[in-house]
Amino acid sequence: MAEVMVRKAEVKALEGDKAVAEAMRQINPDVVAAYPVTPQTEIVMEFSQFVAEGLVDTEFIPVESEFAAMSSCVGASCAGARAMSATCGPGLELMWENLWVASGLRCPIVMAVVNRSHAAPLNILTDQTDMMGSRDTGWIEIYAENHQEVYDNFIQAVRIAEHPDVLLPIMCGHAGFVLGHTLGRVEVLPDEVVRNFVGEYKPLYSLLDIDQPKTFGAYDHWDYFFEHRRQVFEAINNALRVIPEIGQEYGKISGRYYGLVEPYRLDDADVVIMIIGSGAGACREAVDEMREKGTKAGMLKVRCFRPFPAEEVVKALKDKKAVAVMDRCACFGAEGSPLFIETCAAFFNRGLRMKLINYFYGLGGRDTIPSEFCDIFYELSQIAETGEIKPPFVRYLAVRE
Amino acid sequence: MAIKLKEICNQEDKIAPGHRACHGCPETIIVRQVLHTITAMGKPVIAASPTGCLEVCTSPYPQTAWRVPWIHNAFENVSSTLAAAWSTYKHFVKLGKIEDRDVKFVVFGGDGATYDIGLQFISGVIERGQHILYVCLNNEAYMNTGTQRSGATPLGAWTTTTPVGKVVPGKTEHRKDIVGMFVANGIPYAAQAAPHAWRDLMTKVQKAVSIEGPSYIDVIAPCPRGWRFPIDQTIYMSRLAVDTCMWPLYEVENGKYRITTRPLEKKPVIEYLKAQGRFGHLLLPENKHIADELQRKVDQDWEELQKRAR
Amino acid sequence: MRLKSWKELETGVVILEPGNSVLYRTGTWRTFRPIIDMEKCTHCMFCWLYCPDGSILVKDSKVIGIDYEHCKGCGICARECPKKAVTMVEEVKARMEEAK
Repeated sequence: MAEVMVRKAEVKALEGDKAVAEAMRQINPDVVAAYPVTPQTEIVMEFSQFVAEGLVDTEFIPVESEFAAMSSCVGASCAGARAMSATCGPGLELMWENLWVASGLRCPIVMAVVNRSHAAPLNILTDQTDMMGSRDTGWIEIYAENHQEVYDNFIQAVRIAEHPDVLLPIMCGHAGFVLGHTLGRVEVLPDEVVRNFVGEYKPLYSLLDIDQPKTFGAYDHWDYFFEHRRQVFEAINNALRVIPEIGQEYGKISGRYYGLVEPYRLDDADVVIMIIGSGAGACREAVDEMREKGTKAGMLKVRCFRPFPAEEVVKALKDKKAVAVMDRCACFGAEGSPLFIETCAAFFNRGLRMKLINYFYGLGGRDTIPSEFCDIFYELSQIAETGEIKPPFVRYLAVRE
Repeated sequence: MAIKLKEICNQEDKIAPGHRACHGCPETIIVRQVLHTITAMGKPVIAASPTGCLEVCTSPYPQTAWRVPWIHNAFENVSSTLAAAWSTYKHFVKLGKIEDRDVKFVVFGGDGATYDIGLQFISGVIERGQHILYVCLNNEAYMNTGTQRSGATPLGAWTTTTPVGKVVPGKTEHRKDIVGMFVANGIPYAAQAAPHAWRDLMTKVQKAVSIEGPSYIDVIAPCPRGWRFPIDQTIYMSRLAVDTCMWPLYEVENGKYRITTRPLEKKPVIEYLKAQGRFGHLLLPENKHIADELQRKVDQDWEELQKRAR
Repeated sequence: MRLKSWKELETGVVILEPGNSVLYRTGTWRTFRPIIDMEKCTHCMFCWLYCPDGSILVKDSKVIGIDYEHCKGCGICARECPKKAVTMVEEVKARMEEAK
C-alpha cells in the first residue's frame, strides 16, 4: 500500500516558499492569517492565489501586521480551527508576545518561518536568529535542509502540533532565498494522501461551543501559574517521542523517514560537524571530500531544536574525538551559541566531557562553502590528535578581521 | 424591538456575581446591559476582553464570572482575536460543520486597549469587515494599572502620568475623536452611549449587532477610583457627562450622524469638573483658562455635532 | 483547600464551569448594607439595572431582596431609587441588629 502511494508522488520543481504554499493547499486548513514580509511573501502570494482560484476552503485573513496574524491564529485556534501562518525575521519579532499566548493556551498553530536575520543593520537575507530568538516560547521548532524537507516538514508539523500529548504550536524553518526563492526538486504527494495523513482537527475545547460556555485565557496568580507552565514543559518534552513517531508514519506514505536528528557518515567518524538547516548541504560535500582524503569526517544534522533532543545528540556524538557546533544566528554575550550551550549541557548532565568547539557562521545570508567546512574538519583533526582546545572558545567563521 | 426592564430582569445575568470589580464599577453595569439586550433578542453571545480591569476582575483562575464563551488574549489584539473566531464560525457554518445560530461576537475593551495600544487592530478589523461589535468601556485612563493617561483622557484631567505639579496642570491635550476616526474608516455603525441612558444604550446595541459588518459603541464609564468621586455616584456622573455635553449621545449609521438623546438643559462643564477629584485643580483661579478651554471645546464639538446631525 | 496539581488541571488554562465566580463572596467587602423598604418599592427595576454586581434578586418581575453574599455595598441602588426605598445602613450595625 505504502509503496503504491510513493510511486504516485509527482516530482515538481518548486521554490521553497511555494513548497510550503503547496503543502498548505493540500492540507486545506480552516484559517490562514498572514502578512507579507520578505522573504516569506511568496508563501502568502501563492496561497492567496489558491484562495482566489477556489482551490481551498480556507478562510484567509489578510491582516494588517504579523501581530494581528498571530492574534488571529490564536482566536481561530481557540474557536476550533486548524490555523496557520507564515512569517520571517522581523515579523516573528513583532509576534513575540503572542507566541507565548499561543503556547500557553495550547493552540496547535502551524507556522512556516522563512529564516531571516534581525535588523539593525537592515538585512533581508537568511540566518536563524529569528527562530533561535524565540526558542524558549513553548513552540516546537524544526528546520529543513532542502526543498523536499520544507514540504515534508510542513505536513508532518500538523500532526505533531495537534497530537493530544503535545498540543503546542510549531514553527517550520527554512532558509530565506537559499531555499525559499530557489527552485528545488520536490516530490509532491497526491492531495488525498496528504489529507488522509493530516486528518481532521478535533479541538479539545472550542470557544464556539455556546451551549457549554468556557473561559479562555483566564488570569493566573502565583497559585496556578507555575502549574500551567509545568504542563507546557511536559507537553513540549512529549514532542521528543511524538516527532519521530510521526516521522515514521510519514515515511510509510512518502518513503522518506524523519527523526529528531539525522546523521551523515557518522558511524565510524572521528571528527564531526553539528549543524542545523540548509548549511548541511555544503557540509555534506565537505564530509565527502574529507573522506576521500582519508579523514574520518561526519555530520550530525539537528532537525528539531525545540524540544532539544539531548539523548539523540549524546548517543550520536559521545564516542567522537572532536565536534564543531555550528550556529547560524546572532546571540550576543553568551558563553556560546544556542546549539553549543544545549549540547554542552546534554553531555555535562550525563557526566561526559567532550572536545567541542563553537562557530557562528553565515550571518545575514553569507554563504558558507565546502572548503570552509573542510578547514573546520582540519582543525578538529588537530584537536583530536592533541586533545587541546585553544581559546577563543567562541569563533566566527569567515569574518574579516 | 423595545426592551422592557420588567421583562429582561427575569433573564439570567450572563456575567455572574462574585467578580472582583471595585465598588460601584461602571464596567460591569455596562456589560450587564449589553448582554441582557442581546439575550433579549434571543441571540447567543461570544465575548472577549483585552487585558484590563474587566479581564482581571472576571477571570481569576480557576474562577470565571462569564456565563457566555469568553476569551482574553493580550492587551492590544482582542479585536483580531475575536474577529478570527468569527471568521472561524463563518467558515464552519459554510462547511456545514455547525448550525448558524446568528451568534453575536462582542468585545468589551477599555479605552487604553481601544484608543491607544489596540487601535491598529481595530482599524484592521473594520477595514476587513469582520462582523464583531466592539464596546469600549471608556473610563478615560488606564485604571487597571492605577490611572495613567490614555488617548481618551480629557484635557486638564489629573492622572498618575499627567500629575498636577507646579508647572504642569494635568493633561495638556484634548482626547481623540475615535468615533470620527472609525467613521472615516467606513464603519457601518458607531455610537457614543452612557450607562444611565439604558434605553438609548440598549437600542444602540440592538442596531449594532443587527447590521452586517463591524460596529463600535463607545460607552462612558465613570470610574469612582480613577475619577475621584464617591462610589454611589457612578450613574449620576454618567448623567452629568451627558447633561454637560462632555459626552454627547449620538450614533453614526453608514456615515449619517444622529443625536439620539439631548440633554433637557445643557449644564455648564464646571458642574462636571466640580464633582470629580481629578479636575479639582481646575477650580483654582490660575487654572481657570483650562476649564474655559474645556467649555469652549465642548461647545464647539456640540455645535459641530448638531451640524453633522442635521 | 487542596489546590490541583499540574497533572489534574485542564489543558490550556480553560475554565469549564461558567459563572463559578459566585463561589467567591464579595459581600465580605461591604461597609454599608442596602436595605429595601418593600412598602415603598414599586419594582421599577432601576436598582437591578444599575447594580454592578447583579445582586438585586428578582422573581417574576418583582424585586424580592438583595444577594448579600455578593453585594459590595456601593450604594448605587440607594442613590438611584426614585422612591428612596433603599437605605444604606452600616454593615456592623446591621449585623448587630441581626444578632439580636
